[in-house]
Amino acid sequence: MPKAKTFQDLILTLQNYWAKQGCLILQPYDVEMGAGTFHPATTLRALGPRPWRAAYVQPSRRPKDGRYGENPNRLQHYYQFQVIMKPAPSDIQELYLGSLREIGLDPALHDIRFVEDDWESPTLGAWGLGWEVWCDGMEVSQFTYFQQVGGIDCDPVSGEITYGLERLAMYVQDVEWVYDLAFAEQPDGRIVRYGEVFLQNEQEQSAFNFELADTEILFQHFKDYEKQCNELLNANKKMALPAYDQCIKASHCFNLLDARGVISVTERAAYIARVRALAKACCEAWLETPMGDYTPRFA
Amino acid sequence: MADLLLELFSEEIPARMQVQAAKDLERLVVGALSDRGLLFEGVRAFSGPRRLTLAMSGLPAKQPDVKEELKGPKVDAPAAALDGFLRKTGLTKEQLKIEKTPKGDVYLAVIDRKGRDTIEVLAEILPECFAKLPWPKSMRFPGSPVRWVRPLHGIVCMFDAEVVPFEFAGVTSGNTTMGHRFLSDGKPIKVRHFDDYEKALHDAHVILDAEQRKAIIFEELKAAAFVRGLELIPDEGLLDEVAGLAEWPVVLIGAIQDEFMDVPPEILQTSMRTHQKYFSLRDPKTGKMANRFALISNMVAEDGGKEIIAGNERVLRARLSDAKFFWDQDRKRTLESRVDDLKNIVFHAKLGTQYERVERIEALAGEIAEKIGADVAKAKRAARLAKADLTTGVVGEFPELQGVMGRYYALHDNEDIDVADAARDHYKPVGPSDSVPTSNVSIAVALADKLDQLYAFFAVGETPTGSGDPFALRRAALGTIGILSQNKLRISLTEVFAWSSVRFLSVALVREVVPVVDRVALGLEELGYDALAHKVFNEQREQLASPKYAEEASEKFRSHLVLLMKFFKDRVKVALRGKGTRHDLIDAVFSLGIEDDLVRLVARVEALQSFLKTDEGANLLAGYKRAANILKAEEKKDKKTFDGAPEAKLLSLPEEKALAEALGSAETSIAADVKAEKFVEAMGVMAKLRAPVDAFFDKVKVNDDDPKVRENRLKLLARLRDTLHLVADFSKIEG
Repeated sequence: MPKAKTFQDLILTLQNYWAKQGCLILQPYDVEMGAGTFHPATTLRALGPRPWRAAYVQPSRRPKDGRYGENPNRLQHYYQFQVIMKPAPSDIQELYLGSLREIGLDPALHDIRFVEDDWESPTLGAWGLGWEVWCDGMEVSQFTYFQQVGGIDCDPVSGEITYGLERLAMYVQDVEWVYDLAFAEQPDGRIVRYGEVFLQNEQEQSAFNFELADTEILFQHFKDYEKQCNELLNANKKMALPAYDQCIKASHCFNLLDARGVISVTERAAYIARVRALAKACCEAWLETPMGDYTPRFA
Repeated sequence: MADLLLELFSEEIPARMQVQAAKDLERLVVGALSDRGLLFEGVRAFSGPRRLTLAMSGLPAKQPDVKEELKGPKVDAPAAALDGFLRKTGLTKEQLKIEKTPKGDVYLAVIDRKGRDTIEVLAEILPECFAKLPWPKSMRFPGSPVRWVRPLHGIVCMFDAEVVPFEFAGVTSGNTTMGHRFLSDGKPIKVRHFDDYEKALHDAHVILDAEQRKAIIFEELKAAAFVRGLELIPDEGLLDEVAGLAEWPVVLIGAIQDEFMDVPPEILQTSMRTHQKYFSLRDPKTGKMANRFALISNMVAEDGGKEIIAGNERVLRARLSDAKFFWDQDRKRTLESRVDDLKNIVFHAKLGTQYERVERIEALAGEIAEKIGADVAKAKRAARLAKADLTTGVVGEFPELQGVMGRYYALHDNEDIDVADAARDHYKPVGPSDSVPTSNVSIAVALADKLDQLYAFFAVGETPTGSGDPFALRRAALGTIGILSQNKLRISLTEVFAWSSVRFLSVALVREVVPVVDRVALGLEELGYDALAHKVFNEQREQLASPKYAEEASEKFRSHLVLLMKFFKDRVKVALRGKGTRHDLIDAVFSLGIEDDLVRLVARVEALQSFLKTDEGANLLAGYKRAANILKAEEKKDKKTFDGAPEAKLLSLPEEKALAEALGSAETSIAADVKAEKFVEAMGVMAKLRAPVDAFFDKVKVNDDDPKVRENRLKLLARLRDTLHLVADFSKIEG
């Protein structure tokens, strides 16, 4: 079986595979977020009765994980490949194993295990049960059956699969330094490395996250996003999608402030609770919209 | 007689839940069957990553028939009552019998209830049992109206080789199961009985029995280590866990790169265990950790496991690079320089930071060190550094290495070896089976750590409740008792808690009250009221030193102390339970209210217990009870107590004279013996009281007609009571 040779091959392979399983291939959401789960295609679409299948790459920003490009595998900006299937098909584990075969991890040669790991996002008020999937002792994916999002029961239950792409690629390519990953092979055979694409970004963004981000501006932004979000959710507006954008922006502001070290332990919990309150309100509003399958009482 | 085979096949069940789930399944099914009169010969329950299995043998094909008698209305009751009874029983009037009772003749229905087919009963009760299975965490999933631990995919339910038909969680029962996820051909396996089921699964690379999987892993681990000249570092908890992660366990051995071998072995082992679930190996000759690890895979790979080992080695390299990075980073700063960082770690919202706690422990460790003859400077130094490793990268990553790392870093900083040892050992004992510290410096810090924890949480009202003990105060008290008793250390707990109390109250004073006063004074000064500011400042500061504040403080301390000593009393009972020490004797000694030295307390209780086993002891106790009962009754009658020495001239009978004399000398020598902690001797003196006490009750009438004689005799009894109370409060002793 040919292994997905480069980073971009890996993405293309996964996209093709999941497209064949009936997933819509979406593009990354254009707002900074900490994980693919925050994409409205997962958070909001996991709610309500409508069936939904989607897969997409999502750039994930975790300001605190910045290491100025000096750590072998820790990045403040990395890619997740996210699959969401609602309702979770009964053979979703088999479908997932199929995707591993597709990228060149042959289960006959490797030791693949589903190890208990329940997922929870306090900021989204979301949780689910599932596993981290191990390949030869390495976590290659997170596999979750959503139980609640925004504090609301998911019915039907969605299955969510998240692949950490850099880590997976490092495994497949047998590379120990993330910046050495082959990102793509040019027509002339030249290999473009991950470092060429992202090293400078890691260096500069780490400095921004830890040293340069203006905390006063961020505190103000947080308040502004929170205010705008609440306004959009006012009883007569119910603008779930724009409101949710504000919620993720507030969440990212919080993450930056956290990285800047200006939020104390006690404040931390309070900020998370504020974002969760926004997320919950957005989720509730979503269920009142047509795509959340709101049926008007006086049609 | 027939057999039942039941299997619930699902997506991967968390390893930690499997064994209990199988037990619960067995309990529920067995219970439901016996409730319906279905007895059986044998039952076995199995668990694994993807299945729970129950095998029962010797079940009857049918429930037994039962004859049931139902009493109906009286024969002369209105017709409507009879009609109702007939409807209820489904019988006709002719089928009823008539029974004579004292109240008259009544109808009697005798119903033969035919036993139902077992298969039918099973189909009814099994889904109910499954629904009741108490998973620690369960989930909803598409197509199922009920929750299960993970999506359920199949149910095998065979009774006497026949499918028991039912539905649960959207799955219909049948006669097929699946083998190993990767090592079987993936086709459904048809089964009839347990025997062919177990064999078919084995052929499909599934070992059903967790105990068998554990045995295989353990044997393979030992053998794999042995052929490399190594031995396994046993880890029972990890063995249980990995047995729940593989249906077909295969042991593989990988290498740890040399560059990691100078990292402390505890770090390597913890990293491998918690992140990767690997076993560590060691060299049997040196006891040193080997540069090999053992992993348990769930796979017989086509290449003999080469890729699997290579993959695991790579993952481990990344893990250990992280750990080594922290280890290297951590050593760039001294522990001393980290103490200040503890100001940023909140210990508890009501109790301030770890730094404040360290300051208290440091002072307390010094005081305790002085008491127990440890080097005070070393004890204080050790206490100061003991928590500093909480700020290190390694402990941040592996909290269970707190203390262990403190010792490494202290040695790296060239701290004294006693100080370094105390940094590690002051957490001891961490459980009932852990050893207690034995070196003086470690003991001082360990006691200071635990006693501060106890006083602090009691002082802010965070005491353990019936079931909850979030701050592990019971463990701290038990640890204290263990350290004191095993090292035979003599410490007055009251004194230690008094030190803690003073420190607490003064900190509270400085933190809460003084700044307020100062701020008020400063505000006045800024407004130009200098004189007033000074007046406020001086008066209020004085106020704080006033008797009223002292009174309040001492009141607080007394109430904390009462609670703490009661808490200790209960812990002592737990600690001595294994030795068969009687609880009532512990109560009897504690309730004197003067015993706060646990070593002395135990000596007292033990002497008392052996004394009470003798004839003298038992009889004296009986005499005491008699005396106490009489006193209680008479005190109540007269509404007064009978204190004071009996008058010699009022003693007339030889037996009362003898008792008075015996008590006179006994009181002095018991008091002296108790003071000298000669408890066995004190008991010997008490033993001699038995004869005069017995003779007294035999011959002397306490309630004499002459009120003066009566009162004098009551005083004599009160004296007997008080003399025995020098040793223990005998009223608390049972029997």
